[in-house]
Amino acid sequence: MSTTAVVMFVAIVGLTLFITWWASRKNNTASDFYTAGGGLKGWQNGLAISGDYLSAASFLGIAGSIALAGFDGFFFSLGYLVAYLVVLYIVAEPLRNLGKFTLADMISARFDAKKVRGTAALSSIVIVLFYMIAQLVGAGALIQLLLGIPYWSAVLLVGFMMTIYVLFGGMTATSWVQIIKACLLMLGTVVISFLVLREFNFNILTMFSEMSTATDAGEAYLNPGLKYTNGLDTISMLVALVLGTAGLPHILMRFFTVKDAKTARSSVIWATWIVGLFYILTIFLGFGAAAFVGKQAIVEANAAGNMAAPLLAQALGGDILFSFVCAVAFATILAVVAGLVLSGASALSHDIYGQIIKKGKVSEKEQVVAARVGSIIIAVVSIVLALGAQTLNVAFLVSLAFCIAASANLPVILYTIYWKRFNTAGAVTAMLTGLISALILVAISPNVWNPVEGAAIFVGEAIFPLGNPAIISVPLGFIGGWIGTLLSKEKDEAKYREVEVKAQTGISVQDVSH
Amino acid sequence: MAGNVKENINYDKIAEMESFKQLTKRKNKFLWTLTIIFLAAYLLLPILTSYTEVLHQKAVGDITWVWFYSAALFIMTWGLAHLYVAKANSFDKEANAIIEEYERGVN
Repeated sequence: MSTTAVVMFVAIVGLTLFITWWASRKNNTASDFYTAGGGLKGWQNGLAISGDYLSAASFLGIAGSIALAGFDGFFFSLGYLVAYLVVLYIVAEPLRNLGKFTLADMISARFDAKKVRGTAALSSIVIVLFYMIAQLVGAGALIQLLLGIPYWSAVLLVGFMMTIYVLFGGMTATSWVQIIKACLLMLGTVVISFLVLREFNFNILTMFSEMSTATDAGEAYLNPGLKYTNGLDTISMLVALVLGTAGLPHILMRFFTVKDAKTARSSVIWATWIVGLFYILTIFLGFGAAAFVGKQAIVEANAAGNMAAPLLAQALGGDILFSFVCAVAFATILAVVAGLVLSGASALSHDIYGQIIKKGKVSEKEQVVAARVGSIIIAVVSIVLALGAQTLNVAFLVSLAFCIAASANLPVILYTIYWKRFNTAGAVTAMLTGLISALILVAISPNVWNPVEGAAIFVGEAIFPLGNPAIISVPLGFIGGWIGTLLSKEKDEAKYREVEVKAQTGISVQDVSH
Repeated sequence: MAGNVKENINYDKIAEMESFKQLTKRKNKFLWTLTIIFLAAYLLLPILTSYTEVLHQKAVGDITWVWFYSAALFIMTWGLAHLYVAKANSFDKEANAIIEEYERGVN
């Protein structure tokens, strides 16, 4: 590792630790810890949401996918972007108007039953763990490559850092680390894109015509179908991407860090622009890597293509840009996993311990202690799981997290806000059907079973033909909730009227002094 | 919620107000219509690319139609995001008017 790289890493880690120290001084209540006291401004939260979204999977993963699979890699960019409209149109504002810290809070605003809160917390924790293992496995592999240290110590390093941020700085530190990282990542991406475009004389037509001969796929590189050849599987994956975002606990949690629905709205607008511009630039990153690094060098560094963007930075910008991009990628991983720890801890400490075990009778001080203990538990569990999951495919884990989020969380969110007849039994069955069907269908999918040894976890024929089961499991979640509701006689229209008025007008959030 | 000064709001009364019913109806109609439209536009892309070749043809130079379709989805996302904000701001005004109407009725 060069001196430049060491300086960059130390500078970025130092900056994030400074933010954590600064944030720790105003991290006194449970609300500070989980939601930065609800005091973030629209643009700040927008940048932080972008930061959550521009994870290592987006920056390294999409750039690599486009480099190796052409247009097929760009499907991810499209899915992640349009997903913001789902969040904005049907989830963000009602969620902000009804909830406090967690998704379970929002559903419990209508159904005050332990089993509802418990199920919601369970599905949040499962999603967070899958997502976190994906990030940690990716991070371990990346840092192993960048710093030349063994996988296990790389995972421990990331795990240790994320625990520090969360434990001392809570949501305030996590948000600011996200904001700064989002800016640095955009800067790095813009610089690399500029260098790529310069190679093509700033002419998009030249770029496309050169790309049609630059790879061994020829003109097929510029069209879909290079990697995803099964139509139903492609559609299913795109369903998971577009609907999953609106059910991801760490994204939903970000809407509680602003004071009202209006601010939540403006933060999504910020995020949509930043993330959209970033995703356009992924085309230049991917094309550039394919043309100037080459498929062979990319695959040699990492079979999934995760090193495409850093290698491109090195090819076009030399050691300084390479070190900068690697350091930013490291910060990206840290910031995203810190946000995940927080959302996992909120489900564990606030929902399960505070609301279910202690029945909401916990003092402010106990809540803060519980939040910290919960963060440590989530961090330790995910580190242990990540150490054992080294050989799992990161993209598969991420798509699984999206699929569970879309199947288990989205139906219950929509029913809670928009369906009058919905009841406690329906809420539980919606979540459990979505969660269990997604898990089972993945367990019998080609991602887990492959006749070729070493290609998947087990050797054998897959019973279920699709790699991503969203197209089946999301409707199952909706049907499960519908049947569960109709089987139970329970009906509370007065409670629904209250939820509807709150969700539509924000009346209970207004005039709350923060 | 702690610190809420409107602890005893009569939600039933608001829910029964004609202005509230109207607002909810129009708001939901707007949101769900557009949601169905943008999800359809989005899912049409993999359907077209998986089962037909129409988007595989060259449009300008070596750029195929699929890139133009994608660009249209980006523009659609930004456009609809701003349309939402404009609409939501006007819904906000109506919601505030409803709350005021309710408070006048209570006092």
